[in-house]
Amino acid sequence: MSRALYLRHDRLGLGFLLVLCALGVLVPVLNLALPVSSAWHVPTYAMSLMGKYVCYALLAVALDLVWGFCGILSLGHGAFFAIGGYAMGMYLMRQIGTRGVYGNPQLPDFMVFLNWKELPLTWFGFSSFGYAMLMVILVPGLLAFVFGWFAFRSRVTGVYLSIITQAMTYAMMLAFFRNDMGFGGNNGLTDFKDILGFNIQSQGTRACLFIASIIALAGCYLLARFMVHSAYGKVLIAIRDAESRSRFLGYRVEHFKLLAFTVSASMAGLAGALYVPQIGIINPSEFAPGNSIEAVIWVAVGGRGTLVGAALGAVLVNFSKTWLTGAMPEVWLFALGALFIVVTLFLPKGLVGTASHYLKQRRDRHNVLPAGHPIGEAR
Amino acid sequence: MTSRILLPIVAMLALLASAIGMGASAAPTDEAFAKLASDQFAQIEQGIVELSAIGTPEAATVLEALSETKLFYAPDKSLVIKKSESQLVSPSGMVLSAAPAGLKQVRINNRVRRALESALGSLTLISPDPAKRKAAAEAVFKARDPLALPLITQALSRESDAGVKEAMVRARAAIVLASSDAADLERINAIDVLAEKGDQDVLALFSTVKTTAPASVKQAIDTAINTIERRLALLSSVQNALYGLSLGSVLLLAAIGLAITFGVMGIINMAHGEMVMIGAYTTFMVQEVVRARYPALFDWSLLIALPLAFLTAGAVGLVLERSIIRFLYGRPLETLLATWGVSLMLQQAVRSIFGPTNREVGAPAFMSGSVDLFGLTITSGRLWIIVFSLVVFVVLSLVLRATSFGLKMRAVTQNRRMAASMGIRTPWIDSLTFALGSGIAGIAGVALSQIDNVSPNLGQGYIIDSFMVVVFGGVGNLWGTLVAALTLGVANKFLEPLAGAVLGKIVVLVFIILFIQKRPRGLFALKGRAVEA
Repeated sequence: MSRALYLRHDRLGLGFLLVLCALGVLVPVLNLALPVSSAWHVPTYAMSLMGKYVCYALLAVALDLVWGFCGILSLGHGAFFAIGGYAMGMYLMRQIGTRGVYGNPQLPDFMVFLNWKELPLTWFGFSSFGYAMLMVILVPGLLAFVFGWFAFRSRVTGVYLSIITQAMTYAMMLAFFRNDMGFGGNNGLTDFKDILGFNIQSQGTRACLFIASIIALAGCYLLARFMVHSAYGKVLIAIRDAESRSRFLGYRVEHFKLLAFTVSASMAGLAGALYVPQIGIINPSEFAPGNSIEAVIWVAVGGRGTLVGAALGAVLVNFSKTWLTGAMPEVWLFALGALFIVVTLFLPKGLVGTASHYLKQRRDRHNVLPAGHPIGEAR
Repeated sequence: MTSRILLPIVAMLALLASAIGMGASAAPTDEAFAKLASDQFAQIEQGIVELSAIGTPEAATVLEALSETKLFYAPDKSLVIKKSESQLVSPSGMVLSAAPAGLKQVRINNRVRRALESALGSLTLISPDPAKRKAAAEAVFKARDPLALPLITQALSRESDAGVKEAMVRARAAIVLASSDAADLERINAIDVLAEKGDQDVLALFSTVKTTAPASVKQAIDTAINTIERRLALLSSVQNALYGLSLGSVLLLAAIGLAITFGVMGIINMAHGEMVMIGAYTTFMVQEVVRARYPALFDWSLLIALPLAFLTAGAVGLVLERSIIRFLYGRPLETLLATWGVSLMLQQAVRSIFGPTNREVGAPAFMSGSVDLFGLTITSGRLWIIVFSLVVFVVLSLVLRATSFGLKMRAVTQNRRMAASMGIRTPWIDSLTFALGSGIAGIAGVALSQIDNVSPNLGQGYIIDSFMVVVFGGVGNLWGTLVAALTLGVANKFLEPLAGAVLGKIVVLVFIILFIQKRPRGLFALKGRAVEA
């Protein structure tokens, strides 16, 4: 078993977790404990914004698990993210109760508006938080399992897979835009009031949501890290680099891929579920194919196959997006487009990959390592 | 609606009449006029009905004035038409020098207006313009006023135009069928006449009449309804097929450039849709210039735009290949991301230059209007797009099959190293092939500017569909693209009435996703070593 499995030898991973812990403690404390007048006070909107970045980082880690370590370029992870978001949104809708505009205790406002008489079957059980969380994990996972089972079994690989995952999220977007689907059509789900009985707008709830996002990111990072550094992960990397050869060596390639794809989809669903209460809305445009491709570029910027890099890339790109769309809105698409081109042409390993490449080169020059490097890109 | 068409012609008739000076009014006309000069709506209505039966130009003048609320009556029951504030004329066209004292307006309520409209409709049956006569006959068909029967019979006997005659026969049959006084045999005959060219209107008429008709008539109606419905179903599937073909040819246009770049070269060009958009904007620019400088050439603007769009989009494609894509050969996923970046930048560039709103691209005269095909109305724009896409397809196939460039291109695709050894400059062939694919996309943009909104997002709408078409048809195969595009187009249109437009599209997408699982290489897969690479 590789040395790298032990976290204490993994300085990058350790540093990442420490930063997450620090953020998870500091930001809520600075938000809640300090008065608004203080220079160190973190405003609530900034905390929610950071929470949003953390959710994106979690999506990026999920994507890196399949793209960076298994070579599956999914252009449909936005769909899993959005499904998780919808599951959470449905729970939050049920919590509104009689406080909606129409005051119907059973039906959300849009259903009353559409003249529906009873809750559709798809909404069954969503008044319970536990059930909703289960669906957040299960539904994206199940969809990915079925989709992947068909795709990997018939050896749909490479760009074909990318294109059909894109078609999948496109089809889902069209479907969710329909009012008959019973998920709010165009407007999606919004106007949330409570989560677990706490006011969703209040500072304390926001802080808890932020902490929950940090914990989810740390947990999923550890899970993904465990997966890629285990024996299973070695096979995954072998599949990424030479799929046919791995198959000829006797590995059931499709099973390995399917597991990674399913776990990754569930993670994406979790990210979506944490995203929705902090943003306050979920609508079908989250399924737009552009979103999924944007998530891919986060991973590419940070460095595919590094996990930490993916999270970093997500935060960096989204921070610049927030800043640029505010400061110079017309520049943002140019910048994003240029980022796609520059990263693919000049930074194929991404920021973290390139940095650790140089560090390693310098270290190697000083002391010649014995043969046998740790697996993958991770150190 | 009909009255708006009919009124001017009545007015014309009236003018004609006053010019000739047909003043000799018979007694019944005067009687009817006297009825109009009243404040009793029932009486006014009676007068209108009588006037429409009389059908002289004088009657038409009065009715038209009434419908424009310009008809007044003096206390002595004589009618006065107030053409303008100062100009008063009598029904016979005589100009009155002074307004009679105590002039009152003839009032109209809804009942009167209805009677008036149907009367005006019947009166236009004798208009000299066949189109107006036909419209009038159709109006009579809709109104089915039994009082119009003598008038339409009379008009029918004088009618020479075949099309108008047919409309009149139908109108007459409708009246006969609707009137309960007519003999059963006569009504059954009317049913036969109507069923011959039955459409939705006839069906509606049949079902209203059926409720009150005697048994024998009812039976005839039932049979007729069956025949009509069968024919209509057949017609609608033919129409679906035609619409499907036209949708398919749009898909074909959008996808055929991609069939070159993706299918032949294996480049995932996500900026393909933007090449289409560039073509559409080139068309827009050409039209602007033509409109401003050479308005006479407007009908030719699309033809002028074609080569320009090809060159513009081709040039952009060439630059794209030289500057970005050639560094990414063999890394398809990276190509996908880089070209996606290019597409974002092109969209934003166009948005900055032309603004985010839709731009207006006009249709030349030969493309507007519609064509009647066996009772189907097809806009000629749709037909032209079908023809155009097939022409593009044939030309492109010829370029690939019969030119030296096409030969080199196929050689490079099949075995790059061998082609290079034979002295083919493979990098240049790559660039030119990519430019060709992009140029074709630009040409597609010219056609799509006619049916879609020319906006920065134009290309986005087609990119997924185009990839679906190419993947479904099989990579590296133009015929596959043709079959796939037309199949998907027709399938989409046939699913639409069953499931709705959006659901139909979803079903098609899901079908393709499943299909790719079954046949990962598409309908017409290439066989041989090249595939495994």
